[in-house]
Amino acid sequence: MIYYLGAFGLIFIGLYIVLVKHNLIKVIIGLSILNTGINLFLISIGFVKKGTAPIFSHPGLKAIRMVDPVPQALVLTAIVIGVAVLALALSLAIRLYQHYGTLNLRKIREQKW
Amino acid sequence: MRRIISILLLGIVALGIILTLVKIPFGVSKTKVGKYYIDKGVEETGVTNIVTSVVVNYRGFDTLGEVTVLFIAALGLGAVLSTRKKKVKRKVEPASLILYTGCRFLFPLILLFGVYIFIHGHLTPGGGFQGGAIVASAFLLIYLGSRERRIGERGTKAIESLGGLIFVVVGLAGLVISGYFLRNFLPKGIPNLLFSGGIIPIIYIAIGFKVGSELAGIIDNLGGAVSRLS
Repeated sequence: MIYYLGAFGLIFIGLYIVLVKHNLIKVIIGLSILNTGINLFLISIGFVKKGTAPIFSHPGLKAIRMVDPVPQALVLTAIVIGVAVLALALSLAIRLYQHYGTLNLRKIREQKW
Repeated sequence: MRRIISILLLGIVALGIILTLVKIPFGVSKTKVGKYYIDKGVEETGVTNIVTSVVVNYRGFDTLGEVTVLFIAALGLGAVLSTRKKKVKRKVEPASLILYTGCRFLFPLILLFGVYIFIHGHLTPGGGFQGGAIVASAFLLIYLGSRERRIGERGTKAIESLGGLIFVVVGLAGLVISGYFLRNFLPKGIPNLLFSGGIIPIIYIAIGFKVGSELAGIIDNLGGAVSRLS
């Protein structure tokens, strides 16, 4: 249960940052925290009490009490994609800074939410 | 004002999620498909790491889509940051001798570790995505240690394209030989050996090279943009 609490704690911290902060870099950091929280939530859905990793590392291992491999496979790719999307967001932030000279979302005229 | 509204909104969302999550049991296996993969995975795919068999074999098509997302993100980053301006020569203070030597000493070791992780992806924890990230971290270390050094952009693009091409070609070979895209047409071999699992290690090595060169290219692009900014 504590895993769910931690995951949703991270998700809400991330959402709060995205909603409230005006600095673009801080918004991107918030998105990253949100991403981490979602990954943690997906992993904790597949958790089994006293379970082991789903790897038959030696031939005698029995298939009782292994954690669910499907969320792990999803999160595995999601982490790497998260890094790439974070880099893309940062590159857009660099361009915005070059164009407007500021990262404050309130001072950028054409773009308001 | 906006702060209060956001907190209220998040509170409402949190209430809904808590009311839903209380009904879901925690710590028991929930999906039938996960149990099926654990029970039948080794004999069906010949791979002892079930996560790898899900990523590359059962959901190989899904992984192809995810690799494409990664490719498009890297491509978009290159397009956003590309400039026609010629490079301005900046004075770069060289790193200290200890940092420089340490980075040069650690670089091949980290590279070797990354390659080990993605070659053994079907036997031990690890695989193409993780190994690729470790390889990219080796390049990041080189950038921190000596700033004037650059990765050749042509090389990363070539390796990246080659990795994606191998993935698609192996999938199409499955289509030609046995009638399904990404079908495992090679012999499965004995589980727990390095040469086992048919096409799975081949695809995972291709993914490893692709992810490694893509992330290294991202680091290269961002580093170049930041040094132009200041």
